[in-house]
Amino acid sequence: MTQPTQTKAKVDRNGAVAIVRLEGDITSASRDAVLGTYESLAADVRGVALDFVKVPYLNSSGIALVIQLVMEANKAARKVAVFGLTPHFQKVFTMVGLTKYTSLHPGEAGAVGALRA
Amino acid sequence: MTGTQITTELRLPSRLGFEKVAMNTAASVAQLMGFSEDRVNDLKTAVSEACINAIEHGNQLDEALTVLVILAMDDNTLEVKVVDRGSGVRKTIMAPDIDRKMHGDEEARGMGMFLIQALVDEAEWVKKRVGSYARLAIHLDRDKVQDQD
Repeated sequence: MTQPTQTKAKVDRNGAVAIVRLEGDITSASRDAVLGTYESLAADVRGVALDFVKVPYLNSSGIALVIQLVMEANKAARKVAVFGLTPHFQKVFTMVGLTKYTSLHPGEAGAVGALRA
Repeated sequence: MTGTQITTELRLPSRLGFEKVAMNTAASVAQLMGFSEDRVNDLKTAVSEACINAIEHGNQLDEALTVLVILAMDDNTLEVKVVDRGSGVRKTIMAPDIDRKMHGDEEARGMGMFLIQALVDEAEWVKKRVGSYARLAIHLDRDKVQDQD
């Protein structure tokens, strides 16, 4: 039987920045990949870069998971930067106000640089 | 809608994930009509959100119920109706308040209808005697105006 695409996530480190590489659709079924991965980050992480390069589809439930991740990061005084979103989803993130709490970047270098600034 | 109308219909099971079938079909029709890539992407998100609402809230994820998606195109307009068996939308559509969401005073979810309304030229939610539907429409002449901006 057909199942929604499973979201994958892996974490790379660049100093105190954790790069969370998401892959697949981000929907209500992605809670473990998005929030579970965030919760597993090491305590010394000071900034989180979310990699959307391999995310073809997000819906509003998936965006809500990103909001929850940013909320948790705010509580822990961690900054969040986003990269690799298509222009359409950059627009959607801006429409829902996420750019007030995170920054959007075309590539990884810009996102990591913003977190180190 | 004006001129000769061509209609395409889909019946989706009330299972999350199948909204992408409607989303991709709507995108194909919009591309055939000549809408720009930006407008096609806007429509894809709006149709996806309307179908998710129909599957989750209208049909309560009951796979015995189908979501009917009717795509009607003419020379200028693509209209999409997403029909479910629910009692329709009662709440007022509000723009998400990101500050309230960040402070836990507003649910992180609940942005679908806002996105639909913001991304298409027309959006309405209609209650029928049995069931309800969301009606979305985009117009080619507005697409051309946006291209000139």
